[in-house]
Amino acid sequence: MTSDTPHSQPVPAASGAPAPAAREGAGQPLVQLKDVNKHFGDLHVLRNINLEVRKGEVVVVIGPSGSGKSTLCRAINRLETIDDGEILIDGTRLPSEGKQLARLRADVGMVFQSFNLFAHKSILENVTLGPVKVKGTKPAAAKELAMSLLKRVGVDNQAGKLPAQLSGGQQQRVAIARALAMKPKVMLFDEPTSALDPEMINEVLDTMVGLAKEGMTMIVVTHEMGFARKAADRVIFMADGQIVEQATPEEFFTNPKSERARDFLGKILNH
Amino acid sequence: MDLLSEYFQSYLTALETYDVVAALWVNIQLTFWAFLCALALGTVLALMRISPVPSFQWAGAAYVNIFRNTPLTIIMTFCILVLVFQLQLNLSDDFDFNFFLWAIVGLSVYHAAFFCEAIRSGVNTVPLGQAEAARAIGLSFLPAARYVVLPQAFRGAIAPMGNTLIALAKNTTVATVASVPEAAGLMKTMIEFRPDVIMAIFATFALGFVVIVIPIGLLTTWLSKKLAVAR
Ligand SMILES: Nc1ncnc2c1ncn2[C@@H]1O[C@H](COP(=O)(O)OP(=O)(O)O)[C@@H](O)[C@H]1O
Ligand SMILES: [Mg+2]
Repeated sequence: MTSDTPHSQPVPAASGAPAPAAREGAGQPLVQLKDVNKHFGDLHVLRNINLEVRKGEVVVVIGPSGSGKSTLCRAINRLETIDDGEILIDGTRLPSEGKQLARLRADVGMVFQSFNLFAHKSILENVTLGPVKVKGTKPAAAKELAMSLLKRVGVDNQAGKLPAQLSGGQQQRVAIARALAMKPKVMLFDEPTSALDPEMINEVLDTMVGLAKEGMTMIVVTHEMGFARKAADRVIFMADGQIVEQATPEEFFTNPKSERARDFLGKILNH
Repeated sequence: MDLLSEYFQSYLTALETYDVVAALWVNIQLTFWAFLCALALGTVLALMRISPVPSFQWAGAAYVNIFRNTPLTIIMTFCILVLVFQLQLNLSDDFDFNFFLWAIVGLSVYHAAFFCEAIRSGVNTVPLGQAEAARAIGLSFLPAARYVVLPQAFRGAIAPMGNTLIALAKNTTVATVASVPEAAGLMKTMIEFRPDVIMAIFATFALGFVVIVIPIGLLTTWLSKKLAVAR
């Protein structure tokens, strides 16, 4: 392991960060991870993770491939079980299985690298399915909500099409709308632009910046430094399943403290 | 020439004595009802096998392994000799209809194992991300299966389900064990009493099944293309 000790104290919200405006109710912890450990067989993927994300905060998670960023996101949404430690969403501990878990999961929106839109359903149905089947929203109201969200992400004119008929950037924006339709308390993004052609990356990032500006609590795994600088309050650097360093974007990108982070930034900047 | 028309005449009298079409119609009915029951049971079994509950997975796997590996004739004989004659389990007061129903039961429990596996192969065509996205919006196992995974799995399983349906249609001849008046039983009777036209009798029944089965093949090929999920 590196000599860097993982931080367990949350770093205060970036006072110098440019974008995030004053946020209502900011300050209360919305997502809390306490001493979280996770193994895949012999592989220790999450090592004693302690993390607090406050309401309205935007946290960017960065780090080399295989460092456990996806597993972290998936654990927060309980798509992966954890071995020990605890994860709380808005003060409530994630239950292990069953209906209650399903309900809590709806509080945590998730956007995947590969979009994962329901391939057999229209764009509109992709967005209305959750509200109708999970929340029991009336179809007409769900449709209205879905259309307004699709409009917000700029794909309302594609509502009747199937996912395969849309570009990657459009599909990812629909995926964001689908997650928003559940009115989540926090949104997780796992490399949302990594599978996109370069010309489509910005349309998705712009949507995410917009969300951040509106005060959505977000945890975003991404190597897009532009996004981190524009929208993030805090950058978390992960390596080998540990949180190695956390700082404001400005501080992290200009003056990384750990050797691992310097090394990693050197590699992605030289591209 | 004379010989040929004489043979044909004998064949016609055989057809007049025995109602081949009515017998084949019984096979079609058996196919239809056993298909519906086996498909329903197979879907439940597939759900058990993909469920997160280990005991369900185990029970589903055990069912499939038992029924897939037991000859249909033995299942059918068991239904009739043990369940009906020994244990007097009657599904209907009508003697013939009781056997007809038991034949459907035997065909269904056997083919359900195959439909289960066909559906499971369809589930494998659905990317894991689909189920994860469903869970991520808060759907629990059953709704996620019902609205997201199974609709795509069925579309991906049409070809293997078609093959199972074809096997089922042909296997309805085993219902003869349950003394259901279906085609194979009739054929045996006809051969016994009209060995003079044995070749024509074989050809008739073979053709009858070809006529039943070919549309199933055509329909499933067409459907699997039409309903393929674009990814
Ligand atoms: N389902 C799994 N089974 C076994 N190993 C896994 C699984 N998912 C991820 N891993 C391993 O865990 C480590 C962390 O993976 P991941 O969280 O995807 O990293 P990142 O997203 O940072 O690239 C990697 O070494 C990966 O190979
Ligand atoms: Mg990853």
